[in-house]
Parts: sequence; C-alpha cells; structure tokens
Amino acid sequence: MGIIRSRLFVLVPAIGLAIVFLAETAVAAGRSEPWQMWFQPAASPVMERIIEFHNFIFIIEVLIVVLVLVLMGYIIIRFNAKSNPVPSKTTHNTILEVAWTAVPLLLVIIIAVPSLKLLYYADRIEEGEMTLKVIGNQWYWSYEYPDHGAFAFDSIIIEDENLEPGQPRLLSVDNSVVLPAETNIRLLFTSADVIHNWAVPSLGLKLDAVPGRVNESWVRINSEGDYYGMCSELCGVNHGFMPVHIKAVSKADFAAWVEQAKQEFAGENSNAGVRVAKADTRVR
Amino acid sequence: MANEATAAHGSHDHHPHGWRRWLYSTNHKDIGTMYIILSIVAAIIGGAMSVLIRLELMYPGIQFITDFQFYNVLVTGHAFLMVFFVVMPAMFGGFGNWFVPLMIGAPDMAFPRMNNISFWLVAAALVLLLISAFTQGGPGTGWTVYPPLSNVEYHPGPAVDLGILSLHLAGASSILGAINLIVTIFNMRAPGMTMHRMPLFVWSILVTAFLLLLAIPVLAGGLTMLLTDRNFGTSFFETSGGGDPILWQHLFWFFGHPEVYIIIIPGFGIISQVISTFSKKPIFGYLGMAYAMVFIGFVGFVVWAHHMYTAGLDADTRAYFVAATLVIAVPTGVKIFSWLATMWGGSLEFPAPMLFACGFIFLFVMGGVTGVALANSGMDLAWHDTYFVVAHFHYVMAIAAVLSIFAGFYYWIGKMSGRQYPKTLAKIHFWMFFIGVNVLFFPQHFLGMAGMPRRIPDYPDNYWGWNYVSSIGALITSISTVLFLFIVWRTFAAGDKVPANQWGEGATTLEWTVDSPAPFHTHEVLPDMTVQAPAE
Repeated sequence: MGIIRSRLFVLVPAIGLAIVFLAETAVAAGRSEPWQMWFQPAASPVMERIIEFHNFIFIIEVLIVVLVLVLMGYIIIRFNAKSNPVPSKTTHNTILEVAWTAVPLLLVIIIAVPSLKLLYYADRIEEGEMTLKVIGNQWYWSYEYPDHGAFAFDSIIIEDENLEPGQPRLLSVDNSVVLPAETNIRLLFTSADVIHNWAVPSLGLKLDAVPGRVNESWVRINSEGDYYGMCSELCGVNHGFMPVHIKAVSKADFAAWVEQAKQEFAGENSNAGVRVAKADTRVR
Repeated sequence: MANEATAAHGSHDHHPHGWRRWLYSTNHKDIGTMYIILSIVAAIIGGAMSVLIRLELMYPGIQFITDFQFYNVLVTGHAFLMVFFVVMPAMFGGFGNWFVPLMIGAPDMAFPRMNNISFWLVAAALVLLLISAFTQGGPGTGWTVYPPLSNVEYHPGPAVDLGILSLHLAGASSILGAINLIVTIFNMRAPGMTMHRMPLFVWSILVTAFLLLLAIPVLAGGLTMLLTDRNFGTSFFETSGGGDPILWQHLFWFFGHPEVYIIIIPGFGIISQVISTFSKKPIFGYLGMAYAMVFIGFVGFVVWAHHMYTAGLDADTRAYFVAATLVIAVPTGVKIFSWLATMWGGSLEFPAPMLFACGFIFLFVMGGVTGVALANSGMDLAWHDTYFVVAHFHYVMAIAAVLSIFAGFYYWIGKMSGRQYPKTLAKIHFWMFFIGVNVLFFPQHFLGMAGMPRRIPDYPDNYWGWNYVSSIGALITSISTVLFLFIVWRTFAAGDKVPANQWGEGATTLEWTVDSPAPFHTHEVLPDMTVQAPAE
C-alpha cells in the first residue's frame, strides 16, 4: 500500500511534465493528433488566451493534487497503526482551520481575475470586418454571407466511402466554410430545428445555435489553413455527423472565392427554414 | 418515547413474514435493504449500458451499434439509471434509511408508511424508465432532456412521456423520503443527541434532504411544462409559440446542479464516518465539516448556469456564475483538509472501507481541481460538451459517489447482515476498481483537451488511442464489479458472524451499540446521550 502510494508521487509529476512536454511539441494545426494529450495549437487570439490562462491554472491544479497526495502518503506511512499505535485526540486547531479556508479563498480570487478578463475578451467584438451567419440543421450546417450578397449554402458531411485521400473521416464536408485569415469576423448563430453547437477547438470557438435566438461571437483566424470541429450539443440521431470545416484563405483569395461562390450558390436557398435576417436589413 | 410500552411486550418478532414483510414493510431496515437491492439491480443495467458505450467507442468506425438513436438511448439511460436509481437509492434511501434512525437513537423513521410508499414509487419509476427505453426508439435526449429535441416534433411517440412520468414518480419518492428524514432528524433524536452531536453522516443526509425538498419541485414543474408542451399544445419551450428552450435549461439546471450535490453529499458523510472510525479519532473540525456541507448545499442553488456557459447567456451573467462557482472550492477544500487532519495523528487501519475512503479523497481532489478549471466560462469555450467534462464529473461526482457507496457497504454490511465480508477479496475489489476507473476516466481528460465531443457514437480517427485505453479501463472496472457481486454472495453464503462492534474503539456511533445483524426493532428504549461526551 505504502509502496504503491509513494510510486504515485513519482508518477503524477512525471505525467504532468510529459503533458507540458507534449504541449510544446504538438505542431499540426486545425485538428487533433493521435494520442494527443493537450489542446490543439491555438489559431486565434481567443484560443491563445485560453491556453495561456489554462497554463496558469494548471500549475495551481497540479500543486493542489500533489499537496494532497503527498500529505496523504505521509499520513499513511507515519500514522498507520504499526507506526502510531496510540491515536491522538486532537480535533481542533483554529489557526489551521482559518488558514485552509483563507488560502483557497485567495487562490479563487487569483484565478477569478484573469478568468473574467478572458470571458469578456472572448465574448464579442464591437466592429467586425464581416459577418458570417451559421445556421444549425438536423444534421448539417448552413452558412450565409450577408456582407457579400447574402449567398448561402449547406455544408454536409462526406460519407466514409466518398472520402478522397487527405480528407479526414467525420470531419470533411462537401462545401467548406471559407473565411479570410487575419480578419475580425463577427459570427451569428441560430438554428432551424433543435439546439446545435458550432465548435472549432483550435479557434477557441463554441456557441449554441438555438432556434428563435441569435447568438453572437467572433473570431480572428491567425493564418491560412484548415480548421475542423464538430457539433457539440446533442441534437438527435446523427449528432456525431455534422462537422465544421473552415478553410481560411488570404483576403485576396477570399474575394475571388466570393465571386465564384455567388455564381455557384446563386438561387440555391439553404434548406434552413429560418433566416436570421434579410439581406436588406443586415448589420454591417 | 412511546416505545417503552412496546419494549415491555418484548415483541421483537411481531412482523409479517414472506412477501408481506417486504411489500407492506414499514420497517426502516427492511426498506433500506430494498433500496440497496434496487440500487444494485439498476447498477447492473446502467453499468452494462456504459460497457456497451465503451465497446462501441473502443475503435474508430461503427462497431456494432448501427442504430444511433439506440446509442443516444444508452447514453440517456446510463445517466438516468446511475443518478436516480443507483446512487440516490443506495445512499439516501438505503444507507439513509438504515442508519439515520440507528445513529440518532430513534426506533424507526417518523413516517413508516410514507417510507414504504417512497420505496415503491421509486421501484415503479424504475420500471417506467425501462419501459421508456424500449418504447418506439426510446428517449435519445440525454439526461438533460433539452427541448426542442425532447419535444414531440423530434421525439414523437411515448418514450419521452414515459421517461417524464418515471422522473415524476422518482421525484415524488425523493420528496417524500426527504420529508421523512428531515422530520426524523429534527424530532426523533435520542435525549442529549443535540444537532451538534449528530454524526456527520446524519448531517449529510439532513443537508441532502433539504436539497431534494427544494430542487425536485423545480424539476417537477419543468417536467410538467414539457409534458404539456408535448401533449396539450402549450409552448413553454417552443419558440414558435412564444416560449424559450433556454427556459428549460434554467429550470433543469436549477434542479440539476443541486442534484449533483444530492449525489455526493451523503458520500461526504459516509467517508467522514469511515475515516474517523479507522483513524480511531473523532473527526477533525466537526463543526466546520457540518457547516461546510450546509454551505455547499446553499451555494449549490446559485451556480446552476455554469452548465450553460455556451448557451448564449449575457457576459455579465456568466461573470457572476464564474465567481459563485469558484467559491464552492473553499468549503470542499475545508472538507478535504479536515479528512486529512482527522487521519493525522490517528492510528490508521486499512480494511476495505478505509481503502475506498482514501481512493475517494484522491478521486474527489482530481475531479475538484478540474471542476475549478471548468468553473471558468473562458475555459468552457474549449471544454464544454467534450470528454473533459465527462472525465471531470465521473471523477468528482459519479465514481467518487460509487467509491463512497462501496466504503459504506463494506463498513456497514456486518451491521446489516451480521456477517463478515471476505476481507482479502474486498481489498482486491478495491484495487481492481480503483485502477479500472482511473484507466477508464483519466485518458478522457486528454480526449477532451484534444476536443472530442461527448455523446457521439463514432469519432475522428485521431482520437483512437485514448479511447482504446479508456475502454480497457471499462473492462477492468466491469470485471471488478462482477467480483463485487461474488463478494456479496460469499458474505451471505459463508461469512463469519460479526460482533456488535466489529471495528473496535474507533466506531463510536450508536449503530455499533446494537447487535449484528441489527434486530428488527432497535432503540426501543431510547439511548440516553445526555451523559456522553459531545460527538465533536
């Protein structure tokens, strides 16, 4: 018992170190790696701040766990019935009790301040350079570009047997949502049926698409690339099969894509029964 | 008080026999036993469901669950069974019934007939839930039952209605049980057993009873609104009729968050008794421990929206819920440190219950620190609805609760059955279970960090590694559970007789003053606690 416990003390910091090490060496962007133990690399300012904040609270977490384990291990060895046949009768120590109330309270305040900063930073942006509307459907996403002629299209998962080489399974869609990199994009979410959740881990994005409501968030994608996510609110039978694929391109490529997309999706109405706004009432 | 007359008759065995003894039972011990049996039955079903889930997720691609509605029903059923029909009946109904009267020196519960209906309502609720799972596709809504998914448009057929009725019955049962325990604890303590002398297990049940009394009616209201939305054309949660699906989330989590404390607080009580007994010391900081539970219960009612950080709530609202949620770390920290301080200076023995108690502290601390991290709305952008949340709540609430149930089981089975459990097998059970659940749930932290969503029957191939490890852990855990069932059988079939106090000098609470097994009627002459030293 004692031996196994004491091995645990070696194991836990070792695992902690391994995690930090892996965090440093993870390179691929946009989706998870095999045996990944840490966040996907940040591809947006919000995700950078999430990871930064987490690195801070993670240290506190590890210290607390190690403290409790070390204490418990020491107590088990020092005060087992063989080492300590006569139990003490101590049941109070006011200073100790005040201390273990006050110190956690202090820790909580230390955590709360950066936490609230992160909350407000991630919430929304005053002036977006463009707007993307995201509409959840059972079981696919629809996208609208109200600032670019309000064309819209559906984005549906590619079945396993139709995947082309290089397309990740369960994450690839027929029409990816194309967005310009290094642009402040305002995001509006709603749903045509049940509650869905549009999530892209590497961008620190996650917000419910709720029928009858418009939720707002924002994103700035640091660099061009492919970013993947999945629906993150149980939405029925095919909940696991409505991925998000963002293709971030340069502003010039985006403008070219918009022209092409206007042609391609002209007149194609998204199947969504709900529109969050008409083109002529759009917000800039 | 009125029992001296009965005692004078010496009528120890005046009770119905055969099926009448159980069906008509008004005896707190028999009812407690029935609760525990029901809990074990539900645990086998709910556990089997989780094994099916883990087998499906062992490899990428669809293994054998081709009907994804069935997968969602498994997810839903596992949660409902484990929350309402395993943990609550075992701790609140089972140990609560058995040991609250014994510990406070009362001859029985305040309302024995109400006690009977409490049990049979939960038994009926279990049957309804199982019928629901096999009715027209079953409820694939998750235990959160969020509309519109749970509304009639997306879940036609009676499955969700049966589920709602099941929860109504289980809720009514819990309210009645809560009233019974509150009245018993307030009015039937032996002379001299003041509130501040009650064992901490009794305190934990008292706090839990108040949580149930205040939380369940809110759930019942919400469920009724959902039921009328589904069947009578109302639109409380239906946008097209002026309702709001987010309203359901507020109602559900106003119940749902206290519910997780309903699950874990009796565990606090059990762990306190076990640690005190096997440290051969009174609990350290008794008043702090008791009022920490009261405080956790109180704060538990004002933090519900931390389950809804990504629902689109206003930033200021979320800021409040972040702050309120973080505060819970303080009283839980007090409890952890008080348990350690109780052990400090003690003369520690490590039979199976104490092993489970130490395992509980480890799991609870692990789940506690991830809980502090999850309390931050900003972190939820990364973790909400991922396996990180699954790992967190299984550590802090689900498996911690199960560890405390096992601790309580081994601690009290001698008192309940009069027989000694097989000691070595019980220790093997602990180590297998402890290793199994850690292999099962620790890798899920990594999956959540990497962004894998919950409640999906298949996942992108890169999540394979830790899913495989997690499923291996599930298999270890399920083997250990089979071992537990074997231990139960061995205890009853071949266990030695145990004395009234099998744990020696550390076991100071009143249940150890009566014979083992506890006779049908106990404390017929009320124990006089006025001369005893205070429990603290």
